[in-house]
Order: sequence, then structure tokens, then C-alpha cells
Amino acid sequence: MTLPSLPVPPSVIASLLSAVFGRLTLNAFPINEPILVATFVVVALAGAGVVGAVTYYRQWAVLWRDWFTSVDHKKIGVMYVVLGLVMLLRGFADALMMRSQQAMAFGSNQGYLPAHHYDQIFTAHGVIMIFFVAMPLVTGLMNYVVPLQIGARDVSFPFLNNLSFWMTAAGAALTMASLFIGEYAKTGWLAYPPLSGAYFSPGVGVDYYIWGLQIAGVGTLLSGVNLIATIVKMRAPGMSMMRMPVFTWTALCTNILIVAAFPVLTAVLALLTLDRYVGTQFFTNTLGGNPMMYVNLIWIWGHPEVYILILPVFGIYSEIVPTFTGKKLFGYSSMVYATAVITLLAYLVWLHHFFTMGSGASVNSFFGITTMIISIPTGAKIFNWLFTMYRGRIRFELPMMWTLAFMLTFVIGGMTGVLLAVPPADFVLHNSLFLVAHFHNVIIGGVLFGLFAGINYWFPKAFGFRLDERWGKASFWFWVTGFYFAFMPLYVLGLMGVTRRLRHFDDPSLQIWFVIAAFGAALIFAGILCMLMQFYVSIKNREALRDLTGDPWDGRTLEWSTASPPPEYNFAFTPIVYDLDAWADMKARGYRRPLDGFRAITMPKNTATGIFIAGLSLVFGFAMVWYMWWLAALSGLGILAVAAAHTFIVDRETVVPVDAIRAVEGRRTRALVLQD
Amino acid sequence: MNMQTFKASDGPGPAFFSFEAEEHEAGASTMLGFWIYLMSDCLIFAVLFATYAVLGRNYAGGPTGRELFELPTVAFNTAMLLVSSVTFGFASLSAQRGKIVATQGWLAATGLFGLTFLVTELREFAHLAAQGAVPQRSAFLSSFFTLVGTHGLHVTVGLIWLLVVMAQTARGGLTEANGRRLLCLGMFWHFLDVIWIGVFTVVYLLGVQP
Amino acid sequence: MTRAHHASAHGAKDGGAAHGAAAPHGTTQGYLLGFILAAALTAAAFWLTASGVLGGPSTTVPLVLGLGLVQIIVHMVFFLHMSPRTEGGWTLMALIFTAVLVVIALSGSIWVMYHLNANMMPMTPDAMRRMP
Repeated sequence: MTLPSLPVPPSVIASLLSAVFGRLTLNAFPINEPILVATFVVVALAGAGVVGAVTYYRQWAVLWRDWFTSVDHKKIGVMYVVLGLVMLLRGFADALMMRSQQAMAFGSNQGYLPAHHYDQIFTAHGVIMIFFVAMPLVTGLMNYVVPLQIGARDVSFPFLNNLSFWMTAAGAALTMASLFIGEYAKTGWLAYPPLSGAYFSPGVGVDYYIWGLQIAGVGTLLSGVNLIATIVKMRAPGMSMMRMPVFTWTALCTNILIVAAFPVLTAVLALLTLDRYVGTQFFTNTLGGNPMMYVNLIWIWGHPEVYILILPVFGIYSEIVPTFTGKKLFGYSSMVYATAVITLLAYLVWLHHFFTMGSGASVNSFFGITTMIISIPTGAKIFNWLFTMYRGRIRFELPMMWTLAFMLTFVIGGMTGVLLAVPPADFVLHNSLFLVAHFHNVIIGGVLFGLFAGINYWFPKAFGFRLDERWGKASFWFWVTGFYFAFMPLYVLGLMGVTRRLRHFDDPSLQIWFVIAAFGAALIFAGILCMLMQFYVSIKNREALRDLTGDPWDGRTLEWSTASPPPEYNFAFTPIVYDLDAWADMKARGYRRPLDGFRAITMPKNTATGIFIAGLSLVFGFAMVWYMWWLAALSGLGILAVAAAHTFIVDRETVVPVDAIRAVEGRRTRALVLQD
Repeated sequence: MNMQTFKASDGPGPAFFSFEAEEHEAGASTMLGFWIYLMSDCLIFAVLFATYAVLGRNYAGGPTGRELFELPTVAFNTAMLLVSSVTFGFASLSAQRGKIVATQGWLAATGLFGLTFLVTELREFAHLAAQGAVPQRSAFLSSFFTLVGTHGLHVTVGLIWLLVVMAQTARGGLTEANGRRLLCLGMFWHFLDVIWIGVFTVVYLLGVQP
Repeated sequence: MTRAHHASAHGAKDGGAAHGAAAPHGTTQGYLLGFILAAALTAAAFWLTASGVLGGPSTTVPLVLGLGLVQIIVHMVFFLHMSPRTEGGWTLMALIFTAVLVVIALSGSIWVMYHLNANMMPMTPDAMRRMP
């Protein structure tokens, strides 16, 4: 049988297809991987459900106008937190898969995850949890709270704030796209060369990794600049540096770390990109390249990064402990100095992440000592919190419960960190499950518990009603016990010599520990479900949980002086500050809330530019991953054009008229009266 | 907990509320914010310099700096950038004095010197490539092209920005907003000259040493 | 009202906003002086390198680096108008902090990589012979 002849020879079609689609072919869609197909079906259904609901309730215009194009730091803060919590579900799904695989894969049982899949899972788990869960949650809380705490109406650069959020979301979207189109990196979350180089990872995985992080990194860096400028320039009159709330101090130091560290990540990933795309010799094994330089540079970023995660959370605890103890914070100055010292020392310890790479005794000793020194200011903070609690009247509400769990759990993690800081010990434990246990100990026990504490603490401020306590406590207990069951076995396994990132084991005596760890993961899963129930039930019962005072916890800082939720302009009149704990001071001295004399307030207008630039960046990233050069050029130019066009917009402000303010403030007055 | 009482205005005790019209003027943060961004850009270059410092002698049997670099060209380019910094300074002065024509003129001069720098650099790169000294040849060349090229990329962005600022000034005049933009561009431009000092010293002058 | 004024007058120092902050600006003489100094330092560095009059790299290199450093300061002062008074000292503080980090990143990387290379780069005898 002769086939009909095509009007155009197949080779021409092939070159046309590759010119348009780059290296994207139908093979990129993993229709042969049942787990991915199932995931896609679930995600598609859930996505369709969300889109359908929004359409049914006709909320697209509201979403666009009140949220997506908003430059209000409060809206942006909430969107960051939502992004972080959604990505937590993805990152945790990866964790469940790894735990279950490791619990079953012994001897002849190979488990259900082949190596090429398992390697993507542990890579994605790390990247997502750090960049798309922890960072957005931390950024979201800082964004929401800091302007309120310093008595400002917004951040210094509201448009950049909106852009930063969307760039982070675009990075997350690109990373998620790798699930269904192509594959993700199989290199671990830091993508060390030579494995991540063009020779050993020729596919799209590492490229997805690179572009997802570079795009999100722009957002993070801009957010860092924004918050530093805000804290330096926008404080209320009378709020000197040493009268700022501790959370604002930690936010300042965190954003200094962001501005000082993220450029390093940007540059290193750019060098890796050049190696992969252009064939340069930075991290190759040939022609003068040195892969160890990548490890060195990436950890110069990597260590400050973990302080970026933990410092804001230390600030959260410093707000919660005094509030729920009814005493002012013990040792404010030492807290500030400890934070500043941590910020500086964060740059002097990075080599402890690669003691075993071979720099030798003198170098290792130096960094081992600096690493041990950096634990001291953190210890000082713990003592300050304990001294604050001493002889106080502790209220065991959820924020305080999370804080107490943190104190116990984080200290254990910190101690194992100091143990790892000893180079000879690290030679035994590097890249073992002991290390994995340590960093999960400090990240979950430190960062995540603190974020949950902060979310429970500030949720009433943001939404005007409290979170349901029963489901919250259930979530708490599942999380805390689940954490211990999941990670204490890993310390044991690590000390016995078990390496990280393995998907199969031959020694059956290890299995019991992995089963316990899987049980812990299941408890945490229950904790997450309870947390989702907490949100659902709270929203359903919001009238019963309503807070009309704006100050449900008897707080000490200025955000509690506003209504819950605050009006778009935050403060009808900028507060004047005379002391630390400005709101506590105002309450103690019998301040009176002005009922009239309002002035019109100028606020920045909404803009769609941020979402357009981020959308174009997403297209650009995708095009670069798949070698669709024409699309990359087009979207790249589009980004420049939109950015330049934005600068020509002169009409950027809107005025909130006096009548509107009077109405809003009047409602608050009546609500406060109802409380009496 | 509710300790708010209601009187017609701020009661006795210190004034807890400011009745000023606007506490913070628009654009008050711009200069500091842009400076902080520049510091982050500085750190990107620091990584590129560190990479050059570590890999810059890895010739892999290929050409060395001593063989490749032509100091007269580098000196010429250094002069171009330095003069462009001065012309930008004069543009800033004219803007402060409200002289829009002079401002645009000095900005155009800055652009011309910047463009000359770029063209010369591109020709240098082409000349190197023609000799087989391409970025893929060795780690030394990779780090050379990346460090110098990134600086050149920044200059390119600066030139595009310069055109945008000139367009905005032509359109809107020497408003406060345009003045702020000029200030930021100025910081950017001078900062690029500072980086160039590092480049010509560390890459070229040290690179030709035996 | 007067108390509010009083408080906000202190705001410039305490509250953080420099009301109507005057942007730092130069003078014609300043730019010309900066230009002359920078040109002289550049010419000196190029001449030292090209002529090799001071002998080998061990003398020329530190001097050339020093000249570069001085020139950076000249640019900072005369072109960027760096001063402890701008923005309440925050720009200078940011610059110093950045400079410290640059020094740490540069010297740290060089030190660490030197040791790593010394310990971790085994060569075949053939490769050793072909080292540049």
C-alpha cells in the first residue's frame, strides 16, 4: 500500500515544528505514568471546581479589582499566605510519597516509585517547601503586619509589592507545570553540578528548576528592597528604631539578608544557565571548570536563606509571648542586638554545609567555630522568652501553644545543629538522615510552628473573626506528635549510618524506623486536614467568632489599634509613638480615639502591570525551558515594553474622600460601643 | 479588652494622633530604595568577580589574558565611560537648574559616549571570538566574557533607560517625578563606572601581568 | 496641635521620613575635580601596568589594586555624592555593609577554593605536565 504523499516533505514539517515548539514534543506529556495522570485529573477537577465556583458566584470582577490588581499590602499579604498554604499541600504530597516509599521498599520490594520519579520528588519537595511555602508565608506575614506595626498606610513601593507577589506566583506556576509537561530536576533542591550540568541532565528538569527560581527570585529581591525602605522611611512620628516592635526589627534584618543574599543565588544560577545553554566552563569537569565553586557560591546564599526563614518567626514569637503572658518582653535591647548579630554572622558560616568536600582542617575549624558562635544569640533569645514568661499570667491560646511547642522542638533541632557544627562529627553525619532530621527539626519546629502561631495570631486582625479553636487544637496536637514520630527515627537512622535520598534499602532491621516515620507523616497529614477544617469551620461560623474590638488578644503593638479588618488606609490619623509597645502605652495612658476632624487620604491606585509582567515572565520561562527561542524573545521584549510603558502612567493615585472615612470610622465607633 | 472612651477630640495627655495632612510625601523612599537595589546589584558583580578570581587562571591550554588583551582599547573604553559619567553629572546639574534643553543635550552626550563604549566592547568581543577565544574555550574565558558581558548588559539597559527618561522629560518636562527618575538613572550610571574600575583593574590590568 | 507638630518635627530623626529631603547634588567644580582625579588614577594604573617600571607583579599588582580602590572612593564622593548625612546615614551604612559582604564573599571564596583545589584536584602525571 502506498501512502498518500504529503504536500510538504516530512523533514520540513519536522524543522517547522521544532522551530515553533523547540524541544517540546508530545512525549513531554507523561500519559504513561499513572501517578501523574491521576494527579493531573485531581488537579484539573479541583481547578475546574474553583473556576466554576468563582464564575457561578460572579466573583471574577471582584477578584480582579479587589485582589489581583490590588497594591494594598494587606491584600497582597493574604495572597502570599494563600499561595504558601496551597503549595504546602503539594510539598506535603511529595513528603507522603517519600515516606510511604521508604517504609515499604526493603529487599525485593522495590516500592512503587522508580528512581527517575523518586529523584524528582525529593528535589521538588525541597524546592517547593523552601521557595514556595516558607518564603511566601514569611513574606506574606511581614507584608501584612509591618506597615500596620509602624503606623504606616502601605509599604514604600506598593506597585512593586504587587509585582513581587505575582513573580513569586509565576515561579510556583512554572514549577508546577513541570509535573504535567516534561519533568522536574532530579538533582536535589540545590542542583549541584556536574549532575545538574548539560551533560548529565540534558532534559528540561534542571531548566524548570532554574527558571522557576530566577523568576520567583526577582519577586523576593524586590520585596526585600521594598520592606527595608518601608521600615526605614515610613515609621510613624516618634517611633525611633529602638521603639519598633521586635517583629519589625526581625523583618528589617530579614529583608537586609534577602537583599544581600538573593543576588548571589541569581548570579550562581545564571552561571549554571550559561553552562547549560551556551556551553561555558564554569562548573564543568573539563577545560578549567570547577564544580566545587558552585557548591561554595550556592551556600554563600544558602546559609543566609535559612536565617531569612527563621528570623521573622523569632519576631512572631517575640510578639506572642508578651501578649499571652501579659508582660512586656524581657530584654528588648538584647533581642535587637541578637538579631543584628545573627544577620552579620549568617555570612560567616556557610562552609559548614560542605565540611566533607575537602577544604581541610584549618578552613573547617574556622567555620566550625563561627557556626557554634552563631547559636549563642539564638540561645539568648530563648532565654529572653523564658524570662518574659517567668511570673507572667500565661494564656494557653493557640498562638502560645505553638510557641511553646516551638521552644521545645527548636531547641532540640538547634542542639543537633551545634553537634553537626563539629567537623569530625559532620564527617560521619553529613548527608545522612541525621542531617535531614536536623533541618526538618529546625524548619518545622521553628519556622512552620511559628508561621502557624502567626497565622492564628493575626487571622482575626485580617478577617475580623477568630479561627475555630477546637479544630485548631486538633491540628496542633496532630502536627506536634506527628513531627516527633516522623523525625526522631531519622536521627536514630542517621546515627546508624543511613544516607539521605535513598528509595530502597537492603537491611530489614531499619524498616521499623521508617514505618514509625511514615506513621508520623500520617499524623501530620491529619494535622493538615484539621487545619483545613479549621479554616472551613471558622468561615462558616464567622459570625459567632466575630471580633468587633480589633484587639481580641489585648495586644501591645499598633496593628491592634485598628479595626479588624483594618480599613484600606489603615489609620485615619497617623499615630504618634512615645514608647515601645505603642498600643499598650496608648491603652495604659487612656488615649482617646478621635471621632471627627478627618482629612481625605491619598492612596495608590490598583494596577494590572504586575500580573502582566509576571504572566509574560511565566511564558518567557516556559519558552526558555523548551528552547522556543522566538517565544522567549517575544515575551522578553514584552516584559521590557510593559515595564517601560508602566513608567509613563502618571495617574497613579486615588483619594479616599472624607465622607467615606467618616462612614468607615463611624462603623468602628458603633462596633466598639457594642462591646461595652 | 476595650479601653477606648469617646470624646469629641483627643483628650488630656500626650497627643496620640497626628493631624498633619500627609506624613510621608510620595516618592520619599525612591532614592533609598534604588540605592538598596544597587547594593544588591553590587553583590551580583561580587559573585562574578569571585568566580573570575577563582577560575580566571584556568586557561585549559587556551589563550591567556596576556595574549589577548589590548590595553589601548581598554584605556579608550575607560575614558569613554568616565567622560559619560561627567556628562551625566552636567545633565543632573542642568536638571536641578531647570534647564531642560541643556539637560537633554548632556543626556544625549552621555548616551553617545555610552554607545561608543558598547560598540567598542562588542568589536573587542568579536575580535576575540575570531581568534578562537570564545566563552566555551576555557573557564578563564567563560568568566571573562560573563563578567565583562554582564557589565556591558547593564550599560545597554542603562542606555535604553536613558532614552526612556529623555522621552519622559520631553513629554512631561522636569517634574519632581522625572527628577527622581533622573536621580536614579544617575546613581545607576555612576555605579556602572565604579564596577568598570573593578573590571579594568582586576580583569585587564591584572590579566596582562606575567 | 502644637504637640503633634512638635512630635512630627522630631519625626525627621525618629519617625524616619526626611520631609522634603534634598537629594544630594554636586557642583560643576565637583564633577570636574572628580574627573581629573579619576583620569589621573586611571592613567597611573595603566602606565604602571604597561611600562612595568616597578618590576614584577608582586609590586605592580597591589599598587594597581590600591589605585583602583582610591578611584572607587573618588567616584563615590564626587559622582555619587556619598555622605554620612544622606538619608540619615542609611545609604552609607548600606554601602559599608555591602562592602563587608563583598570582602567576605571574595576573600572567603578565594581562601576556600584555594584549599579545596589543593586537596581535591588529583591529576594524572600527564595532566600535571600540561598544567598552564
